[in-house]
Amino acid sequence: MSEILAKYGFLIVPIIKVAILVFVVLTLDAYLTWLERKVIAHIQARWGPHRVGPHGLLQPLADGIKFILKEDPMPSGVDKKAYFFAPFLTLMLALTSLAVIPFGPDITIFGYTTNFGIADVNLSLLVLFAITALGVYGIALAGWGSNSKYSLLGGLRSSAQMISYELALTLSVVGVLLIAGDLSLKHIVEKQAGDFGLLSWNIVGLSKGGGGFTQIIGCVCFFIAAIAETNRVPFDLAEAESELVAGFHTEYASMKFAMFFIGEYTSMIAVSSLFTILFFGGWLSPFPASWPLTHYLPSIILVPLGLWVVFDGLRYETILGRIILPGLGAVFILLGAGLFLSPVNELIQGPFWFFAKVGAVLFFYIWMRATLPRFRYDQLMGFGWKFLLPVSIANVVLTSAFIMWRMK
Amino acid sequence: MTTVETAVGTSKTMVLNMGPQHPSTHGVLRVLLELDGENVVTAVPDLGYLHTGIEKSCEDKTYSQAITLTDRMDYLNPLGNNLVYCLAVEKLLGLEVPKRAQYFRVMMVELQRVSSHLVWLGTHALDMGAMSVMLYCFREREEILKIFERFAGQRMMTSYIRIGGLALEPPAGWRELVKRFLDMMPARIDEYEELLTKNRIWHGRLKGVGYLPAETLIAMSTTGPGLRAAGVAFDNRKAFPYSSYEEFDFNVPTRTESDCFARYLVRVQEMRESLKIVRQAMGKITDQGPIKSEAPGIVPPQREKMKTEMEALIYHFKIFTEGFSPPPGEVYVPVESPRGELGCFIASDGSPKPLRVHFRGPSFVNLQALPLMVKGQLIADTVASIGTIDIVLGEVDR
Repeated sequence: MSEILAKYGFLIVPIIKVAILVFVVLTLDAYLTWLERKVIAHIQARWGPHRVGPHGLLQPLADGIKFILKEDPMPSGVDKKAYFFAPFLTLMLALTSLAVIPFGPDITIFGYTTNFGIADVNLSLLVLFAITALGVYGIALAGWGSNSKYSLLGGLRSSAQMISYELALTLSVVGVLLIAGDLSLKHIVEKQAGDFGLLSWNIVGLSKGGGGFTQIIGCVCFFIAAIAETNRVPFDLAEAESELVAGFHTEYASMKFAMFFIGEYTSMIAVSSLFTILFFGGWLSPFPASWPLTHYLPSIILVPLGLWVVFDGLRYETILGRIILPGLGAVFILLGAGLFLSPVNELIQGPFWFFAKVGAVLFFYIWMRATLPRFRYDQLMGFGWKFLLPVSIANVVLTSAFIMWRMK
Repeated sequence: MTTVETAVGTSKTMVLNMGPQHPSTHGVLRVLLELDGENVVTAVPDLGYLHTGIEKSCEDKTYSQAITLTDRMDYLNPLGNNLVYCLAVEKLLGLEVPKRAQYFRVMMVELQRVSSHLVWLGTHALDMGAMSVMLYCFREREEILKIFERFAGQRMMTSYIRIGGLALEPPAGWRELVKRFLDMMPARIDEYEELLTKNRIWHGRLKGVGYLPAETLIAMSTTGPGLRAAGVAFDNRKAFPYSSYEEFDFNVPTRTESDCFARYLVRVQEMRESLKIVRQAMGKITDQGPIKSEAPGIVPPQREKMKTEMEALIYHFKIFTEGFSPPPGEVYVPVESPRGELGCFIASDGSPKPLRVHFRGPSFVNLQALPLMVKGQLIADTVASIGTIDIVLGEVDR
């Protein structure tokens, strides 16, 4: 096994990793829609999906089938090349952006060491920004190609939005770069490791590189710009339902619409991952390394959760629920028990914390969607240019001044 | 001047057809927007997509039958529509309504005002992108509809107010029902205000949007919260009291900014005032007393009398077969609907069916101001302006 890996690993391992990542991310996308509907429903005193499967757990599956089976009408007079290319471009760029994100520290399996992610590029932050900035082309092309006035306005808004937030987005991370002195996302995370657990993350800044200078300004700027980047509430101007019907994807249906949809959720995951890496220590545990018991936290969470799911499932109204839910609970319990074993336990630490943090950020996204009204697009531009940009620049100046002062 | 027929745009402008199927035109309003970029150059509302011919249909019904038609006009304010029609017929007949029934009418109409404003607030917030407020508002509206269901047997098309009084005796335990709602509601209004009134984004979307000076609003015959937000304290409940409104102690909230935010604040304040009125009405209503006036041949007799008195049975039969004939003449009665002055004009030729029934629908009249409001503003502001005019298309087209 290890011989084969040593010889052909450079070929086999990335293929396996890509397959796993695409599968995991697409599943996550599907269940993110379920989570979003469920969370918003509970915030709004509703139940959310609960018909398809127990607690609506099979809803994403039903949605997927619906998207595949639906008729795919094409409006007359479309610019065919742009119209067909746009959804592919959106989905492709969103998935590609995940390639450079490290989900955990390097791992060694069967004597073969590899990075926890697909590509380990030493300029990964730049690559990521380059790819996500291209994402606006998908929307602009869709708006242009659809031969619909609402789509056109959505596409135009998106372009205007891109110009306004992209600068602030890039400038807000410069502080982190100054501290890390590196453009590799992996190194940025590693620089945030320290003796104080979560206090060493860039958001607090008590690490060796940060030296006690907090990046909270950059963090807030980045988050606001990131919401604009992913076209989410309160900056979902390109699709603003109450104004532009559905904005850039008004004329899309069936799988082409699903591609936009998956693309949006994938870029949400990508941007949340980036946010976690830059400001919240990526895969690092929030507890100091000197607390070994915290390594068992995944198990400590998973086993009771599994037990609860089992007992809740046994009382469920439908027979399907009484089968599926306890099964799901049993999987959780087994998983939790498995994580007690030391090699697996070590392996899972990084990804566990990484996904926990990304999950928290995604939850915040959903929470905002349920609470806030939408900006007007001239207000977003004003906000980007007159507030975010100066504040980000101020953060860069302050951070560099601090670093200069410390070096003296 | 762009009209519906000539709306094609120029080399610099584009015409966007907004509606009749559009998420935020509140029904089937169609607005043609001539756009320069996203700036509105002209806006032309196009009506008639929900024309139901209610006014014409009234001419073929007896006076009592027409009440059910009025329910379907402004479907967020059916009790108010019932009230204005019944007041007009009562004025034609010179009929006095017992005090107890009048207070009940006031209570129901004010509850209706709250429920109408709740729908307005919810849909308007949804237009602005604040999803949750809409569901919270509909949750409370549901409580009001439950009250209506207990009173009238119907949630929306109540037809509860009848000529000469009310349709039914109030249900047992109605006081607890209404009181529970009154105790709950102020905190819920605070909740909406917490989500919106201090929200910077909400301010940004509404302040200075859709401004029109008071003179223009008066020239455009605007009434209701839209006019009161411009500082004119005109309210038919104070100006021409009907149904014993002069006995109630309430304020007419006004603002001076005359923009969408001022209209929002006025409506929220009106909800609180309405709750005050409902509370007072509950105090005034006695447990015993008539809910219909004694008018043989016009108001249906009590069931009890029908079983025992020959006269009552004959009247009952005559009312429901050929109706009653008011004296020839014309009347106009205005009331304050949640949207403004709702007026009812009835012309009688002495037959059991009205010669002409006309309603002054505040939605229809207020909509006149829309093209002026949105001129030079953005598409997003157009949506805000349509929202704060608070149109109900059933009433616009009648």
